[in-house]
Amino acid sequence: MNLPPELKYTASHEWARLEADGTVSVGITDHAQEQLGDIVFVEPPKVGRQVAAGESVGVVESVKAASDIYAPLAGEVVANNDELGASPERINADAYGAWMYRLKPADAADLAKLLDSAAYAKASAE
Amino acid sequence: MLKTTPLNAIHRAAGARMVDFGGWDMPVNYGSQIEEHHAVRRSAGVFDVSHMRSVDLEGKGVRDFLRFALANDVAKLKLPGKALYSCLLDESAGVIDDLIAYYFRDDWFRLVVNAGTADGDIDWLHRLNALAGHGVALRSRDDLAMIAVQGPQAREAFWRAFPETRAATEALVPFQAARVGDDIVVARTGYTGEDGFEVSCPADEVATLWNGVVAAGARPCGLGARDTLRLEAGMNLYGQDMDTGASPFDAGLAWTVDLAGARGFFGRKALEARPRACDFLGLVLEDKGGVLRAHQIVLAERGEGEITSGTFSPTLGVSIALARLPVGTAPGEKVRVQVRDKELAARVVKPPFVRHGKPLI
Repeated sequence: MNLPPELKYTASHEWARLEADGTVSVGITDHAQEQLGDIVFVEPPKVGRQVAAGESVGVVESVKAASDIYAPLAGEVVANNDELGASPERINADAYGAWMYRLKPADAADLAKLLDSAAYAKASAE
Repeated sequence: MLKTTPLNAIHRAAGARMVDFGGWDMPVNYGSQIEEHHAVRRSAGVFDVSHMRSVDLEGKGVRDFLRFALANDVAKLKLPGKALYSCLLDESAGVIDDLIAYYFRDDWFRLVVNAGTADGDIDWLHRLNALAGHGVALRSRDDLAMIAVQGPQAREAFWRAFPETRAATEALVPFQAARVGDDIVVARTGYTGEDGFEVSCPADEVATLWNGVVAAGARPCGLGARDTLRLEAGMNLYGQDMDTGASPFDAGLAWTVDLAGARGFFGRKALEARPRACDFLGLVLEDKGGVLRAHQIVLAERGEGEITSGTFSPTLGVSIALARLPVGTAPGEKVRVQVRDKELAARVVKPPFVRHGKPLI
């Protein structure tokens, strides 16, 4: 399984990366894109929205099915990756490059509570 | 325990993602469903359809029996090898299954039916056989496997792999089959809207056929691409676009029902008495904001409708669907579809959406 060790993960198949400016980028894992198949539509949460950890905040649709995306942390949505609107297939090509949205975490310490790559690998193998 | 086809190990070795499809362990894709879809529209692809069931009907009364059992009329099949598409109706004119009937000899027809409905179909045919008294012998051909080679270059790929079959199959027209060996049948049929063959053969010979056409350039394709291809081609999927709750008229299949003359096929009286419940038409999503899917509600001028099959069309680059719409809804009408918490604009069209690689809408 392709799981960069520097990222944090959720059992619902999101990854989270702390950026230099203190925001957290969120996407779906390589395992998730593989399960979904060819992705054709992404709807990230609106910029400015306050989200709770574990809240359903958007949707990703493949040819096969629609799947909810969840917020890994509480915080405010500060950016969307607009490139995915025209090219959602970038998630299939590069799941960890294709971030969907960025959060300003309510508490940066929450990041440490997410799964590391080993724990995610174990959770998603079950 | 899932049922497997004789090609199961080959699919797994090719890296297929396998799914439970009505109790069968089948490949959904071998990587990218969209690439597989394009291969069929542009060159050639091959599908394992061994889960489908062939049922042989034998006896001198077989033609009369099928004229009674099927909503389409096998009297149209005059040349050996000719085939037609038909519904099998129940007593209230609901669709028990859709199938292809092949005429081989005056005492031998074959039905190719859906996997999930096969056992029920056979029970039903036994009941009709007892009722009609033609003394037809039914034989479920669980010993046969089947592949579908589809695409503009599919026939050429098949002939490159098996040149000895060319003479017997080159002159086949659509919906015509030829027997090219003891138990090998090559039919110019399919479920993609492209040219090609469906080939049935003994189970232990299917790997040779599969490997041959793959070596000749046909790309292995899974059930995912099969679904997007058939939907673009405006072809119904049993269990989704119709079932026993729908008559053929409610499922866009009036063209498959032969009401000429007084032929008393099973379900005819109920069909003629049954009010039309809906118009079965296509939708093209015009807004961004999601993908049309089965069970979404459609708000049309004359009331509500429901999507029965929906997907993203790889050929058109937009979402398309088949839907039950209020009677009187016309192509060109603008409707709204409830997609999650939104209402998105869609346009009503007459399927098919794509045929022979060309957009039609």
